[in-house]
Amino acid sequence: MIGKVFAALAATAALSALAVPAAAQTAPASTPPSQQQPAGQPQDQNAAPLEVSVTGGVSEPMPIAIPVMPTAQVVDTPAGSTDVLGRQLADIVANDLRNSGLFTPLAPGKLRPVGFQEVNAPAFDYWGGTGAQALVQGFVRAGADGNLTVGCYLYDVFSKVELTRTGFVVPPADWRRAGHKCADMVYARLTGEGPYFDSRIVYVSETGPKAKRIKRLAIMDQDGFNHRFLTNGQAIVLTPRFAPNQQSIVYMSYEDNRPSIYVYDLGSGRPRRIVQNVSLTFAPRFSPDGRWILFSMAQGGNTDIYRVAASGGTPQRLTTSPGIDTGGSYSPDGSRIVFESDRSGGQQLYVMNADGSNQHRISFGGGRYGTPVWSPRGDLIAFTKLGGAFRIGIMAPDGSGEKLLTNSWQDEGPSWSPNGRAITFFRSTQGGSGKADLWMVDLTGQVERKIPTPLDGSDPAWGPIRP
Amino acid sequence: MMAKLSTTLMTAAAMLSLAACAHKPKQLPPPPVDNTGGMNTGNLPPSNNGQVGDATVPGSDADFRRSVSSNTVHFGLDMYDIDPEARTILDTQAQWLASHPNVRATIEGHCDERGTREYNLALGDRRANAAKNYLVAKGIDPSRLTTISYGKERPVALGSDDASWAQNRRAVTVVVG
Repeated sequence: MIGKVFAALAATAALSALAVPAAAQTAPASTPPSQQQPAGQPQDQNAAPLEVSVTGGVSEPMPIAIPVMPTAQVVDTPAGSTDVLGRQLADIVANDLRNSGLFTPLAPGKLRPVGFQEVNAPAFDYWGGTGAQALVQGFVRAGADGNLTVGCYLYDVFSKVELTRTGFVVPPADWRRAGHKCADMVYARLTGEGPYFDSRIVYVSETGPKAKRIKRLAIMDQDGFNHRFLTNGQAIVLTPRFAPNQQSIVYMSYEDNRPSIYVYDLGSGRPRRIVQNVSLTFAPRFSPDGRWILFSMAQGGNTDIYRVAASGGTPQRLTTSPGIDTGGSYSPDGSRIVFESDRSGGQQLYVMNADGSNQHRISFGGGRYGTPVWSPRGDLIAFTKLGGAFRIGIMAPDGSGEKLLTNSWQDEGPSWSPNGRAITFFRSTQGGSGKADLWMVDLTGQVERKIPTPLDGSDPAWGPIRP
Repeated sequence: MMAKLSTTLMTAAAMLSLAACAHKPKQLPPPPVDNTGGMNTGNLPPSNNGQVGDATVPGSDADFRRSVSSNTVHFGLDMYDIDPEARTILDTQAQWLASHPNVRATIEGHCDERGTREYNLALGDRRANAAKNYLVAKGIDPSRLTTISYGKERPVALGSDDASWAQNRRAVTVVVG
């Protein structure tokens, strides 16, 4: 079973974006006629540019129409019949865009069926009457080689022009990824931001009573689908993080009652202990180039930050303060590390160079600060602010511009979306049940939602965009 | 041909139903298991470990717990110093350990839920080591004592209130034979 799954994962390397017109040339007459406009053609100069602001204040989400994607020929595939897939793919695109908080997909009742020949010749007059400002059309085709081709077209309804298009060829097992890639294309084109929907989250699945909670590593798509457990719950596992190449996960486990950091290989399903320590090692993080693992080691009550080659070897000590130094996170260029330390009394945030030099404090607000994470864009650091309640916040790497994004009893452990525009974290409830769930918030703090998981969850870590 | 087509259809139907509920776990999680290992949650009535009938095996954890004033010492918020009350308790532990020179013990450090997960792992390590260092100062060979931090992962009191938090900030000495 595992082998089969990983064969499918390996096959995702075959997923590639290709221009739809090129695909159309090799296709029979059932393909929509090749559009006269190449992808990326400048839009009508007279029309106001259609765009969405990600970081602006409160703005109305953009109405967008995403009708069912037609298929010229209904074919049964291992992923399902192509006409059913066309409906499901439109749903994936609509859900992703809705979840970003920036778009309001039209209600199904306002949508009309789109004929195959209409995919690249939209009925703009109809869509203009629905209030939609943007229109996403697409098609599904089963190829003779067993792969699925999904075409994805974005139109400006008022200007009546095509804004962009892409085709995706996926093995049937990865059919949902074509929907996420289509949503990413729309999001990126209309916001100017990087994509983030075709990505995964690794986290700690939790179940059982508060005093004896069973914790398992689990992995899923960012929308909660394709959920899979990685460990069986016999040992406590905590704080997973993706390797930059997404082929492994670094985490902490209580295996054999020796709490230590491990690397879990997603291909083989095997964990490997990284440091042959006699004392506690925890808080592991990959460097952006994947060559190093940053971690904390506690010895005799003192905790410092170290780094070790991802392949193993002798750890190199980076901090020497007598306090607790932990929670390190690399800047995206790998040159600096943000971490937390209680050397001044309570937990505060510090930045140092990657070799441990130039350690300086950056957080000076009231209360304590922990779990810093550098944004993949480099412009912000997310953290947990402790002051009675736990809240998720952001600040610039120099400590300026602090802003709190959430307000609940206990929100902890932020992790950035691949484009640095959203943050996932876990929210715990008070008292005897003490359950935790995964949540997402955008940089405005306005868009907040729960991520569906089969059981409870904590320590979500968002992976990079998938290739 | 007909047979082949229906097989394909059935496969497709099966895949479709899978796809329709793909947000549910594809395989059910394994049944919950006791993953506490040798951990002792502290302040609980002695278990049957080490007991044969009414007789307690000398040198066992049950013997230890019957003989000392407590197997658990507590700490203030964000603190790890051994206060006078903890000293009294650890003195009885040191006494018992001194009279059973062949047993080893693990000291577990725990925290309340008001710290972040990783910081609490380090804080639990501090507390376990504070208790260990006290026992060593009282003459116990450090090679007999190991420490393990559970951070906030294994509370003994489940409430989110001062009384529960005070119980959870603790170091528990467990005799491992």
